Amino acid sequence: MCGIVGIYLKSKKFEKDLGKMLSGMLINMESRGPDSAGFAIYKKEKKEEIKYSICINNLAFEKFKKGITGKIKFTKILKNSDHVILSSKEKPKKVLDILNEFKGVSLVGYGKSIEIFKQIGNPKDVVKKFNLENFSGTHGIGHTRMATESAITTDGSHPYSTGSDECLVHNGSLSNHNNLRRDLTKKGINFKSENDTEVAAGYISNHLSSKKNLKETLMSGLGDLDGFYTFITGTRKGFAIVRDEIACKPAVVAETKDYVAIASEFQAMAHLPNVNMAKIFEPEPGIVYSWGN
Amino acid sequence: MKLDLRKLKLRKVNETLQTVDPKRNNKNYTILNPEGNHAICAGLTDDIDVTVKGHVGYYCGGMNQNANITVEGNVGTGVAENMMSGKIHVKGNASQSAGATAHGGFLVIDGDASSRCGISMKGIDIVVKGSVGHMSAFMAQSGNLVVCGDAGEALGDSLYETDIYIKGRVKSLGADCVEKKMDNKHLKKLDKLLKKAKLDKLKSKDFKRYGSARKLYNFKIDNVSNY
Repeated sequence: MCGIVGIYLKSKKFEKDLGKMLSGMLINMESRGPDSAGFAIYKKEKKEEIKYSICINNLAFEKFKKGITGKIKFTKILKNSDHVILSSKEKPKKVLDILNEFKGVSLVGYGKSIEIFKQIGNPKDVVKKFNLENFSGTHGIGHTRMATESAITTDGSHPYSTGSDECLVHNGSLSNHNNLRRDLTKKGINFKSENDTEVAAGYISNHLSSKKNLKETLMSGLGDLDGFYTFITGTRKGFAIVRDEIACKPAVVAETKDYVAIASEFQAMAHLPNVNMAKIFEPEPGIVYSWGN
Repeated sequence: MKLDLRKLKLRKVNETLQTVDPKRNNKNYTILNPEGNHAICAGLTDDIDVTVKGHVGYYCGGMNQNANITVEGNVGTGVAENMMSGKIHVKGNASQSAGATAHGGFLVIDGDASSRCGISMKGIDIVVKGSVGHMSAFMAQSGNLVVCGDAGEALGDSLYETDIYIKGRVKSLGADCVEKKMDNKHLKKLDKLLKKAKLDKLKSKDFKRYGSARKLYNFKIDNVSNY
């Protein structure tokens, strides 16, 4: 099943409330996914700085900090429950290599504005654990998971991020992910799990890196990704939704002059401001809807 | 009587509506703050009027018998699924599988209905004032589907004896679905349905009728060598 949610702010009015809005949406989608939850938030960026979202699991924060001190020059390191946001001006490749080799931690995403948090457990608990309510930002995406394709682990939780400032949440299942994973691995994309959605995220990263825009990437995905899906995907300045042509997996969009909200079911967005006055529609199958770029 | 879903549990609201005391004579109910909840007004059996003020989730009015339900908003998947009798009027749009497997009653949708509208319908009359999505009336067995707008791909795929009336464009017909002649009796039937949906201004002659070519009913002996 799984529940997916997303908010893209068209004006600055609700930037401070973004976390609160997204948190309510995730909690309302508990019935579709009680196994794990996660979210990506796009926040204000600092020049030349890249933020790395790292899940340190059971490792003590001080131990992790000590472990990277001297190896990575960082400008800021912030602990949020079992996740760490590390800001650095160093070259991403160097930082990524060090983090990927660091035992016991897992990099969940990186980029100029993105911060990702995901963990196993009930959405209500996950949201509370990371204090999502206090987050501000420009857009955000979230997921509540009912595990089908792979195990209930942090690595099996969404959102998936396989490129800078990119993230993807998925409701559905892909049937050709093993073949695609082999192709994409040859092209240099690294995968951490056996999960089908991670492959779709890798596919999107691969296309975006070859200078296709988000809309074009998702259009070509309609031909290459086989299975059932509703995807919500985010980039630094953009946000999009697409459903496969059979459209078994639900989605509803509510658009006002201030925001665009997307969710698996309307009840996820029933608490949003002025939602009853919003333009509410169901995205048509096989059509990419995007905002920003 | 007002039933507020912010104050009352959904189960309590549905129980109240399912067990109306005929002596009390209160036949009018309003549901406030539906907030996308599922299965609102499911399993009603009495001749009562219910107005839902807002958007609802899945299976609204499922299995309805006799009740007259109005939703002042959008409905999720499977509105009026397996309805037996009564009426459901949706003032907004409907998600997929509206009127699925319904045996009887009347479903009116003021907006659009998405994919698989009237899937496996078994006797219900459905009038959609807007358009319907792909695979509408899939395996539809009996009853009437009237669409005042357009129909998506594979309309009426593998259908049995449902009559489909479309005013707008049909993107494509499904397997064994063909356009059929509009006889006087069909025009009359359609006029009646349009009137019932308060669409008197529309003319039945502007619609086209689609139905089953009945070629999939029996196994063709000519194909036996394929197996």
